[in-house]
Amino acid sequence: MAGVVHVDNLEKVFRVPEREAGLRASVTSLFHRRWREVRAVDGVSFDVEAGEVVGFLGPNGAGKTTTLKMLSGLLHPTGGTAHVLGHVPWKRERDYLRRMTLVMGNRNQLQWDLPALDSFELNRAIYRLPRDQFVQTRDELIELLDVGDLVRKPVRQLSLGERMKVEVVGSLLHLPQVLFLDEPTIGLDVTMQKRIRSFVAAYNERFGATVLLTSHYMADVEALCKRVIVIHHGRLLFDGRLDSLADKFGAYKTIEAVLADGETVSMQVPRAETSAATARLLAEHDVSDLTVEDPPIEDVIEQVFAS
Amino acid sequence: MSSQQSAVRSYVDFYATGIRTQILTQFQYRVAMYMYTLGMVTEPVIYLVVWRTIARQHGGAINGVGAGQIAAYYIVWTLVRTFNVVFTPFGWEERIREGQFSSQLLRPLHPVHYDMAWFAGHKIPWLVMYAPIAVALSLVFHPTLDPRAIEVVVFIVAIWGAYVIRSLNHFVLGMLTLLTTRATSIFQIWFLSELLLSGRLVPLTFMPEWSQSIAAWLPFKWTFYFPIEALVGSMSTHTLLTGLLWQCLWTLIGSALVWGSFRIAVKHYSAVGN
Repeated sequence: MAGVVHVDNLEKVFRVPEREAGLRASVTSLFHRRWREVRAVDGVSFDVEAGEVVGFLGPNGAGKTTTLKMLSGLLHPTGGTAHVLGHVPWKRERDYLRRMTLVMGNRNQLQWDLPALDSFELNRAIYRLPRDQFVQTRDELIELLDVGDLVRKPVRQLSLGERMKVEVVGSLLHLPQVLFLDEPTIGLDVTMQKRIRSFVAAYNERFGATVLLTSHYMADVEALCKRVIVIHHGRLLFDGRLDSLADKFGAYKTIEAVLADGETVSMQVPRAETSAATARLLAEHDVSDLTVEDPPIEDVIEQVFAS
Repeated sequence: MSSQQSAVRSYVDFYATGIRTQILTQFQYRVAMYMYTLGMVTEPVIYLVVWRTIARQHGGAINGVGAGQIAAYYIVWTLVRTFNVVFTPFGWEERIREGQFSSQLLRPLHPVHYDMAWFAGHKIPWLVMYAPIAVALSLVFHPTLDPRAIEVVVFIVAIWGAYVIRSLNHFVLGMLTLLTTRATSIFQIWFLSELLLSGRLVPLTFMPEWSQSIAAWLPFKWTFYFPIEALVGSMSTHTLLTGLLWQCLWTLIGSALVWGSFRIAVKHYSAVGN
């Protein structure tokens, strides 16, 4: 077994009832229910080393969140195996739950009516944290995310972004070694997204934590992850360095040239023809500056999902 | 310190913190607390007025139970009812839909402890509210209440026993929600049975003997009738202590069912949405 996270041929099949719309179909379903199997995760395998920050990418319904839920012990898989920190996640051993966290952008674990500080205190008791260690970690995290004023207000009076920041503090009080972050910046403004990103990077560096992150904001992935795993329809499409994703799936490159007369020319050429196009441009024009770039990562991802 | 001592200490710490947190939450909503308390009093007062009226029409007593004892039964009923309020199985659908159950599963503590600590904390502010209400009801209805010291002690233990038994039973019922989307019809059957066989609707002595025989083998009477009668009735010391043993037995059965049902249910948990 290798790595902090080891996933081998993981599968999750949901059995969901389905019927046509309308009263007739509704009455029929009382006597004869139709079921459909949905393969949310279909034989996914990967390893993540200690301290790595890995982006987990895929369109809606690709199986990202289902995978994270299995790795955090919320769901039992239909097939395959996984080990995180040497534990089988869905056995939900206390020692494992004390060493990991799952942060979901749309989930609220704090007491709605109370200041977050009271929820933090409850977390201290749940995770059996020594008081000195708890106070030190809490204050450090509060400072890192700059939420000193927010943790004293009732949670219901915080904005979405403010709530997300204190949620993150609450989720990390026990200093987990593995972080599963599912859309941690969803619905946040650009400033708040940046803040969360830099916090995750700082936490990873400070505590050497392993991070598996899903996000639809490529800025999150580009800022945090050197490596990405792409899944689609529950299957693994790509596992490698972020910058090599474009090599594999980027269908074109952008050539931008500044001509001697100051005019700027930009063109997209098929990847395989980049060299020839560049040579032709240089031969036929008086070029003062030239850049060849991969397409934006959003375009590459779109290409991956379309392939 | 041994690991067992450490574990016990950690649970005590969790319960103390959980109860404190819930008291803080209750104080955030004072008006809601007043209204809830008022609602809690309405049900027993209706029963009390009905049965006192019937008792008067039957020469002052029903099955040998006088109007003063009926008044005592329902005034103590209010306190017992306050104590055995637990997380209702009807709340499980929302708990799952909103992702609260997922949050609990991610923590290194069995979810049943959250509910136990949470609703234990509920009771402290309610107790403060109950005291003046009990005085007012006593002035109006003149209860006959003259308990012995042992009865008071057993009552105090029994109302917590009732709370634990009811918490465990309702948690097991809640687990059904993880197995079938709409489990509310099963809950309805359970609550109807409880209403009739627990002493909640009427004191069990008012019920036919056959239903009292059935009630003796079910957990319901140990969550309402027994704690109330421990204080209000005239049980022998032996009967009182045997009652506590029955509560222990139902606590053990409830714990085993919680353990088993939880293990089965989480395997079927789909955590859809959140």
